[in-house]
Amino acid sequence: MQQAIVYDGQAARDRTRRIVKSVLGKTALYLVMALIALSMVLPFYWSFVTSVRAESEILRLPVTLWPQTFTAAHYRYVFDTIPFMRMFLNSVAVTAIGMFTNLFFGSLAAYAFSKIRFSGHKVIFNIMLMSMMIPGVITLIPTFFVLLRFPLAGGNNILGQNGAGFYDSLAAVVLPGAIGVYGIFFMRQFFASLPDDLAESARLDGANEFLIFFRIYLPLVVPGLMTLGIFTFQSGWNNFMWPNIVLQSPDNQLLTMAFKFFKTPTEVNFGPLMAISLMMAAPVLVLFVLMQKYFIQGVALGGVKD
Amino acid sequence: MRSTRYLLSFKTRRNLIGYLFVLPALIFFVVFVLLPLGLSVYLSFFRTDMFFSEMEFIKFANYTRVFHDKLYWTSVRNILVYTVMAVPLNVAFSLLLAALVNSKLKGVKVFRVLYYLPSVTSAVAASTVWLWLMNPGYGLLNTMLDAVGLPSATWLSHSSSALFSVTLVTVWQGVGANMVIFLAALQNMPAQVYEAARIDGANKFTIFFRMTLPLIAPTMFFILTMTLIGAFQLYDQVYVLTSGGPANSTMTPVYLIWQNSFGTNAGPQAGYAAAQSFVLFVMIMAVTIVVRRLDRDNTK
Repeated sequence: MQQAIVYDGQAARDRTRRIVKSVLGKTALYLVMALIALSMVLPFYWSFVTSVRAESEILRLPVTLWPQTFTAAHYRYVFDTIPFMRMFLNSVAVTAIGMFTNLFFGSLAAYAFSKIRFSGHKVIFNIMLMSMMIPGVITLIPTFFVLLRFPLAGGNNILGQNGAGFYDSLAAVVLPGAIGVYGIFFMRQFFASLPDDLAESARLDGANEFLIFFRIYLPLVVPGLMTLGIFTFQSGWNNFMWPNIVLQSPDNQLLTMAFKFFKTPTEVNFGPLMAISLMMAAPVLVLFVLMQKYFIQGVALGGVKD
Repeated sequence: MRSTRYLLSFKTRRNLIGYLFVLPALIFFVVFVLLPLGLSVYLSFFRTDMFFSEMEFIKFANYTRVFHDKLYWTSVRNILVYTVMAVPLNVAFSLLLAALVNSKLKGVKVFRVLYYLPSVTSAVAASTVWLWLMNPGYGLLNTMLDAVGLPSATWLSHSSSALFSVTLVTVWQGVGANMVIFLAALQNMPAQVYEAARIDGANKFTIFFRMTLPLIAPTMFFILTMTLIGAFQLYDQVYVLTSGGPANSTMTPVYLIWQNSFGTNAGPQAGYAAAQSFVLFVMIMAVTIVVRRLDRDNTK
């Protein structure tokens, strides 16, 4: 009897200590996580607050965390000063075309690499794979050269002379990234996970290879397509450097370039700048919230090495 | 019987179809990857402007110029300092985040989403916002420092702090994506290994450094390589935040190359910028190869 009571008391004390320790540990963990979360979200909050408060409030001390007056003036100013809709539609077009070409032609090649196994498929695939390690800066100037001297484009003759090629056209943004190696590499993983004999009977019946790809295999890799689609959307929509190099005329600008109108060497206009950043980020943010599973899967699958 | 129905043998047909399927990708690969790679060396031997209107062959003159160009080597030094700050910060912090959100605590998924949020937006949008946060007079960061009694920081406005401020912005935006990759690796780890270690009485730190870290080493090297290649090509953030200033303290090689070929310095400098690109390319490849060698030695 005596012994049992002592034993129980010890156990109870242990249990209490464990609970207190785990509650404290959990609280500390939550606190750390919340603090980090705050620093991740604060910039978004601050750009929103700045974009809706009056001009006079932006450059005034002391800084207040909540606007005293709300105004849509900065958004209106953006719409009045730049061809916003035009830029938005340009961004949509460039991104949508890039998504389609990368998904379709990328899958087509990925399917061939993993399921048709034509002679030389390994060599070609490995060369493509190696190119993924090449830093993009090396191709900056020569890609510009290729687009500028593209035969029969933009007034060029067959030798690529006398015209401007694809310079200052949306095609110059779309073409270099139209069929990315990353997409092929990514989709190949999905096709490789499917059995080879899936289409055996169809093949014996004489179905052509494109229909086998399109009707039998492609529907099975839809999750992969979703993920790659989101990936290409994100990188296309956020692209700045290359469009900023090849696009010139105001009607050809993309949304990522819009900030340049409100940040000049002599003047930085923060109200409209915050409005434009939020509007630029909004489509990706909305898509992310709706489809976070695919976003996160995409990054994870792209990074895990076998 | 069947074979007589076809003009071509099975193997030839398979090859033909295979090549037909990869043809579009192959054409784009040749035109927009292989051809530019070859041209990158070719163009670096010329004096020419961005429209290549007059091309004068000057042999290695561009390269001799690169080696004597003080600004170029300032930019290289900057990017090395930046890389040494940004890459370890990014890798360590994203691993920490991954470890935090790998727990089974309630609401941990919400934190995952919030940590990934900055990675979703463009470098341009994020940098614009940080430009405002780091404003010396009216920015939120100095307001917060002031509120807790700390002196204001100069952030982007002084050459002593500008590069570090840029680092803060890129790390803030970059950790989310790497966190997700680390998280995937952590979740792939066999649970039994942990159980065994815990029963043996190993504490959390021992488990992390002796078991988790070696097991996720391949992922670590992948992230390290990609983050390094990215860091060496810093451009977007510099474009928005500092334009390479103040006093060239945030001038990066890619920003300089852009200035020389397409930007404000654009004269007959495109060939020279191609040479600058090539030298940078060689440096990045050298670092990449060293990291890969380490990876191979590690997995042996």
